[in-house]
Amino acid sequence: MLSKRVIACLDVRDGHLAKSVKFVNTQNIGDPVEKAHEYYIDGLDELVFYDITASSDKRNIMLDVVESVASQVFIPLSVGGGIRSVSDATDLRLAGAEKINVNSAAVKRPELIDECASAIGNQNVVLSMDIRKVTKSSDIPSGYEIVINGGRSPMGLDALVWALDGEKRGAGELVINSIDADGTKDGYEIELTSMIAQAVRIPVIASGGAGLPEHLYEVLTKGHADAALVASMVHYGDYKVSELKGYLHDQGLKIRMSW
Amino acid sequence: MPLSRNNKASIVTLIVDYDAGNLASVKRACQQVGLDAEFCADPDQLRHAKRVIFPGVGAAGSAMASVKARGLDEALREVISNGCPVLGICLGMQISLDYSEENDTPTLGLIAGEVTRFRMDRPDLKVPHMGWNEVCVQQAHPVLEGIEAGDEFYFVHGYFPTPKDNAAILATTDYEGHFASAIGKDSYIGTQFHPEKSGRVGLRLLSNFAQWDGQC
Repeated sequence: MLSKRVIACLDVRDGHLAKSVKFVNTQNIGDPVEKAHEYYIDGLDELVFYDITASSDKRNIMLDVVESVASQVFIPLSVGGGIRSVSDATDLRLAGAEKINVNSAAVKRPELIDECASAIGNQNVVLSMDIRKVTKSSDIPSGYEIVINGGRSPMGLDALVWALDGEKRGAGELVINSIDADGTKDGYEIELTSMIAQAVRIPVIASGGAGLPEHLYEVLTKGHADAALVASMVHYGDYKVSELKGYLHDQGLKIRMSW
Repeated sequence: MPLSRNNKASIVTLIVDYDAGNLASVKRACQQVGLDAEFCADPDQLRHAKRVIFPGVGAAGSAMASVKARGLDEALREVISNGCPVLGICLGMQISLDYSEENDTPTLGLIAGEVTRFRMDRPDLKVPHMGWNEVCVQQAHPVLEGIEAGDEFYFVHGYFPTPKDNAAILATTDYEGHFASAIGKDSYIGTQFHPEKSGRVGLRLLSNFAQWDGQC
């Protein structure tokens, strides 16, 4: 039986670790390579790097970060942020990333998912979705809308429709990131996660809102998520990865406990 | 692809590069356990290897076509008949059997048996099987030494192997019932999981392989 995964997300800007709260006021909180290694030794199941570097001339810094992490961290490594083409994806893969997360560029040009899937394999393409709760309408029947540009631009696209389209185009996994819950530490968006996880046949990673170990348990059970993504709750030392995994294991979930 | 050092042709470990896939993670993990490995796409070079890693990328059909087009299939058979330790990983393991349902592909036939897809008729079962799962050792093997009950490895696959002969099943994993997650015969061993992405236990397996003489 598969274990539920605990995944840590590291936002990287200009080669430094940053943590966003509701996607604004990012602050530097350390060295991504060091943090990644620390979590790996402490039993992390998978790592996600999100490049939030604004200027394109500094983007190569990310390749260096990925390369140094990949030479000392031997778990799946996923990278996202600003991937617009198969060649962006391939560069990151050669630097050592296993999986590629596409987000805004795929919303603007959905074929990006098909292209990446055929170039690097479905299982290595993760569709990351930033989602905001809205009033249900004929355009947004699920009541959840896709947003881009760090949450600033609503796209008039229904989140459930987009998830199913992404799966059909060849995404191997979905990240469900609730903009409303992000940074609040009040828990994941359970209703949203469960709605999408039950509609697709690919693994779903819940993101945004984790503050307590109970939140992970809730989204991995009631939310039907296959993996829970954590950020600030481990970055600032409130919890250790091993502590979270120990808690989930004690609650009866199948969790990888030997590392 | 030239070797980085002269006159070392017979003492190196070669990672078979038979497609345009990303094999860097296998090489990095080898480095971590002190195994100096080189990429190789040339059958003549492969024939002189001391140790071979056969990773997997893409789908069975294109992988087999690429292996055959380069003449790597014959070279691989040769090194195995000479007792050279060979490690197949994921798709590299799957094409060691007789046949794969993926693209209806006749494969290398190093180990008798077939590769089939996980059934999709259970709505709760996600395919591909992706994530960490337990590997239960069924037969002691030098490469699996030190792997204990409860140890988990990282998997990403939609197809799984079923060897004809139970003696070839070295370890099993439970996903829609039990399937063979490590298989082997003579100096060949193959894993469905990715040791290069499986943390400490994965590195232990690679380190065991680095020291294995090909005898069981």
